Amino acid sequence: MNAPRPSAVPILRLGDVLVTGLLNELDDTSALTFTDELTERIVADGARGVLIDVSRLDLIDSFVARTLTELATMARLLGARVIVAGMRPAVAITLVELGLQLKGVETALNAEQGMHALGWQQTARSPRGDAYDALR
Amino acid sequence: MTLYDEAFARGARHADAPLRPVGLDVAPDGAQTHAVMSEQDLLTVRHAVRSATVAAGFALVDQTRIVTAASELARNAYVHGGGGSLTIEVLGHGARGGVRLTVRDNGPGIPDLDKALTDGWTTGTGLGHGLGGARRLMHEFGVDTTVGEGTTVTAVRWNNR
Ligand SMILES: Nc1ncnc2c1ncn2[C@@H]1O[C@H](COP(=O)(O)OP(=O)(O)OP(=O)(O)O)[C@@H](O)[C@H]1O
Ligand SMILES: [Mg+2]
Repeated sequence: MNAPRPSAVPILRLGDVLVTGLLNELDDTSALTFTDELTERIVADGARGVLIDVSRLDLIDSFVARTLTELATMARLLGARVIVAGMRPAVAITLVELGLQLKGVETALNAEQGMHALGWQQTARSPRGDAYDALR
Repeated sequence: MTLYDEAFARGARHADAPLRPVGLDVAPDGAQTHAVMSEQDLLTVRHAVRSATVAAGFALVDQTRIVTAASELARNAYVHGGGGSLTIEVLGHGARGGVRLTVRDNGPGIPDLDKALTDGWTTGTGLGHGLGGARRLMHEFGVDTTVGEGTTVTAVRWNNR
């Protein structure tokens, strides 16, 4: 039996916040693996917040929407707050027409506002900047 | 059971065409057929549909609607239909242009189409929004399904409508 292939989605830790981002090329199996990896990291790192950057997704279909909803629920049960940040306008419009509202998932306009909501203050030298840029 | 929306009839000539071999295949009319037999195929199909919407002159939000509908239908063919194919046709360019998607599988078929089209109804672990949602994202939508034989979904979105 094969060991599950890692999802290859980077997860960074900034204090008690985990920062990660989804890419279009993620297949279904990797998306499910990523869910497991992220929940494990929440526990291992004692994270209080999770920022999921979706600004590079040019499409969120019902599968990805379900993955995000489940992630937010699992994280909440583990005591962490998830913010999905940076959804593109065309994606948001399409999601609404699909009838998917990402119920129970907190959102932010962009990663910066999401980090702010998770308690990160922007200073002259943003603590977010370097590490966050490493993801892009 | 069959559901015909207004212009599924318009697409009927095509729908009756013989099944092409699964795999990438560019037919003389410019239709492209892609296999939907793996998760990787689901990603490939999205790219192909995106290119077709660009070729047909759709703006970004419409491109996203069409690619999302294609993703839902292809996933259904893969997950519920045991795999199938997706055919993309560009129906002209610009103001009067459009894109037609035809997604076929030889799976179990859909016994109760009305239920399947209802938001929140699923026989699996999904959200049950794929089929009804894809219908809302497109202008014309037809489902031809026979239990034990398979399902063909045809969907068109026009520019400027
Ligand atoms: N190609 C198909 N072959 C057989 N059954 C299908 C097919 N497409 C849809 N169905 C049936 O219709 C139901 C509803 O489909 P729909 O896409 O709306 O939801 P889903 O696939 O269950 O979940 P999701 O919200 O993730 O798409 C499915 O659960 C399945 O029973
Ligand atoms: Mg579906």
